[in-house]
Amino acid sequence: MYDDLNRIAQQFNRIAPGVDFWTLRLSSESHEAVSVRQGVIQPIYNHLARGALLTVVSGDGCGYAATSDLSDAGLKRAAARATDWARQSSSLGLLNADDYPRPAARARYETPVRAHWGSLPLDEKVALLQDANRALKINDRIVDWSASLGYGRDDVVFTSSDGAHIEQRFHYIHPDLYVVANEGSQTQYRTGGGTRSARQGGLEQLDLLDFPGAAPALAEEAVALLSAEECPEGTMDLVLAPSQMILQIHESIGHPLELDRILGDERNYAGTSFVTREMFGNYRYGSDLLNVTCDPTRTEQLASYAYDDEGTPARREYIIRNGILQRSLGGATSQARTGMPGVANARQAVWYRPPIDRMANLNVEPGDQAFEDMIAGIEHGVYMETNRSWSIDDSRNKFQFGCELGRVIENGELKGLLRNPNYRGISATFWRNLAGVGNEDSFDVLGVTNCGKGEPNQSIYVGHASPACHFRNVEVFGGGA
Amino acid sequence: MQEYFSSLGDTLFKQLESGEQLLLEFSGEDSDFVRLNHNKIRQAGFTAQRTLSLDLIEGRRHARASVELAGDSARDLDQLGPMLKTLREQRALLPEDPYLNFSTEINDSEYHHDDAVVDSHEAVGQIIEAGDTMDLVGIFANGIQYRGFANSMGQRNWHSRASFNFDWSCYLQKDRAVKSSYAGFAWQHDELASKMESARHQLAMLSSPSKTLRPGSYRAYLAPSAVSEIISMMAWGGFGLKSHRTKTTPLIQMTEQGRTLDAAVSLTENHARGLAPGFTGDGFIKPAQVELIRAGRYNDCLASARSAIEYGSAANADSEFPGSLDMAPGALPAGDILKELDTGLYINNLWYLNFSDRNACQVTGMTRFACFWVENGQIKAPVEVMRFDDSVYNLLGAQLVGLTKERELILDAGTYGGRSNNSIELPGVLVAELRLTL
Repeated sequence: MYDDLNRIAQQFNRIAPGVDFWTLRLSSESHEAVSVRQGVIQPIYNHLARGALLTVVSGDGCGYAATSDLSDAGLKRAAARATDWARQSSSLGLLNADDYPRPAARARYETPVRAHWGSLPLDEKVALLQDANRALKINDRIVDWSASLGYGRDDVVFTSSDGAHIEQRFHYIHPDLYVVANEGSQTQYRTGGGTRSARQGGLEQLDLLDFPGAAPALAEEAVALLSAEECPEGTMDLVLAPSQMILQIHESIGHPLELDRILGDERNYAGTSFVTREMFGNYRYGSDLLNVTCDPTRTEQLASYAYDDEGTPARREYIIRNGILQRSLGGATSQARTGMPGVANARQAVWYRPPIDRMANLNVEPGDQAFEDMIAGIEHGVYMETNRSWSIDDSRNKFQFGCELGRVIENGELKGLLRNPNYRGISATFWRNLAGVGNEDSFDVLGVTNCGKGEPNQSIYVGHASPACHFRNVEVFGGGA
Repeated sequence: MQEYFSSLGDTLFKQLESGEQLLLEFSGEDSDFVRLNHNKIRQAGFTAQRTLSLDLIEGRRHARASVELAGDSARDLDQLGPMLKTLREQRALLPEDPYLNFSTEINDSEYHHDDAVVDSHEAVGQIIEAGDTMDLVGIFANGIQYRGFANSMGQRNWHSRASFNFDWSCYLQKDRAVKSSYAGFAWQHDELASKMESARHQLAMLSSPSKTLRPGSYRAYLAPSAVSEIISMMAWGGFGLKSHRTKTTPLIQMTEQGRTLDAAVSLTENHARGLAPGFTGDGFIKPAQVELIRAGRYNDCLASARSAIEYGSAANADSEFPGSLDMAPGALPAGDILKELDTGLYINNLWYLNFSDRNACQVTGMTRFACFWVENGQIKAPVEVMRFDDSVYNLLGAQLVGLTKERELILDAGTYGGRSNNSIELPGVLVAELRLTL
């Protein structure tokens, strides 16, 4: 596929418009998904997409055009459209020509894969999913259940008029387990085995995501939650598993630090930020225990790459160190607009949307506390895992999150299940109450596959990894029933 | 575009083997997207998308695919030929699908409303001129959307429409702003100017010192935009046949316990509005209306083709998430709302809603944009953003005071995967108590 994209890139070089600068991002995506629900094989899903995003800088203006017509005529039409928009934005645009990066790098990257998707025949995939279905349907209170496996491969060739030529191939694996239990008007569900997280790599990632091994426990928990106690209400200690930490990191660290939000680009849709430019380098975001990195080099995470979609090389950077805010999540264009350091995170979700600042892989670094020791140090609190509800204000400050499952912590021990666990807080103070960070043993690599942002809208993959964490003085409560 | 789709279909139908049937669904758009910040162009561009979905059937076995098209027959058939072969191979490995369901009656239809496309460059120039001196941020989307269906039994359907959607906010400072929208089919400079003037007027009201409310219960008026956010939460699994049969509907207390909303609340999926195509991807023709909630009681579900056969119903929707909702009006004149509210919270917009307890249809979210504190029927001050957490059974049930007589038609500005053709028409809602928590 690279050959085909490279041939198109070479052709485009010959017909490229006479403008100050251009970039061409060609991509070819193929996806396949197999799903079994209630023992019935669902229609297999295949998806193929090929397209180009051409970006043109002319004078102080910039325009883009996205097309799936990759013939000479199609690319010429796209160039004309992009150039028209560059001309209009030259006089009415927000940015100057100097704000646009002019990459010239040449590189090649591919996700490491040990067990390729094709190495497991379709009938064996179906058999695996049927086994998972049997493990999920443990009794009559289970009213819906399914298991799925998906795979995606994205090939990207990025070229520029300054000579950049970056070839990247990404492999994604998407496992999913879902089980619903019901009794009367009480319904509880559990997800796991990689649901909404996924990873880069091949089938070797399934064991690491406990797929399908998590199925029996998920089913037992869904049923047990039907008769579990409601989560108590009060201000108390809270321990979050990595499966909820990812959402906490995402919403109350990731989004507020995206530089395009701070610059106001997102104010009409995704929102702004309580963080201002003056805070970088000195603001206490959390307790001393809080260390956060942007790490696109951890290969199994969802947003790992060698170069972002503006052609900037990716590196691991500390975003928050010992609780102090260090660096924004802004790509090359945002960095030029502000003169501030950032990271390589200008990304496009699909071939037909332009790159914007995204949080990529944003991780809380492991600490030194064993999970058992963390729990042992808590007299009264709640443990929560697996996000199911998320809501936060447009400045990414006042939040309320809910989880699929909670447990009582009493006198240093994890006890019975709690249903409908919720908590709320304020980003600007919540992280300062971080009292314990788990060590490598509780560290898990997960992510979010539906991060929405941008106008026009883009839903993108981002990676998050975290250990279990302990917070003090959190407002915790249950459901309204 | 219709001709291209038709000709591509004819060629593919000729490649079928004996006993095979093929369903084709085409979706595409040619759209300009111009993103604005500080009343200047931030990102401007054009997108051409064409996607063909295929369902290759033999008896009750089938396999599906979607393929991004180039718009050139030779290149597209080079992709689609091998894809048909792949689907044939996959199908042979699969058992019969008990829930396969597609229309076998031939129901052709054609709808064209794409001959007058607004000039995007001219419109953007007018926007920036009208927004002069304001801190304007938003998105202008404009162009033609296409949807087609064809099957090897001979059915042909087409729907194409040109439209624009300008969705924007004008900021005073920090998170204090007025949200506006102007969407339709024929661009009128005067209408844009009038909406900009209205935004200027509201911005002036936002310049007063703000009021910070304490958590607690408040009398509140929810403008139609805010109500649409509440209804969207109800729609998240609330009206689908599958979610009802698998007990995951947030309206489970209505179906299992007979709980009701206020008798003034009626919700109908109004397919007849015509902004979305009248046919489904399985070839069914949608009924004109599906009454979901009638006079406060749960009435009917949206059933996709697959759910319809699984649960023994008739297909009445493309997906089980409503796309053309109507909420019945009430009796309160919109012009009297401040007087009716008397003292309380006037909420123009809500934001980022989610369930705090799905079984109880309890919803949390934030106030956003221009929201005001009202005393004795007079706007007194803008309010700082607040979190609410309340049950739909309270807001549209026990605490409902009334609905406005006038309704607003809101065209969805969403563009995930492509421009949305969803819409909703609904009144404002006055409630005796709304619970604020943070």
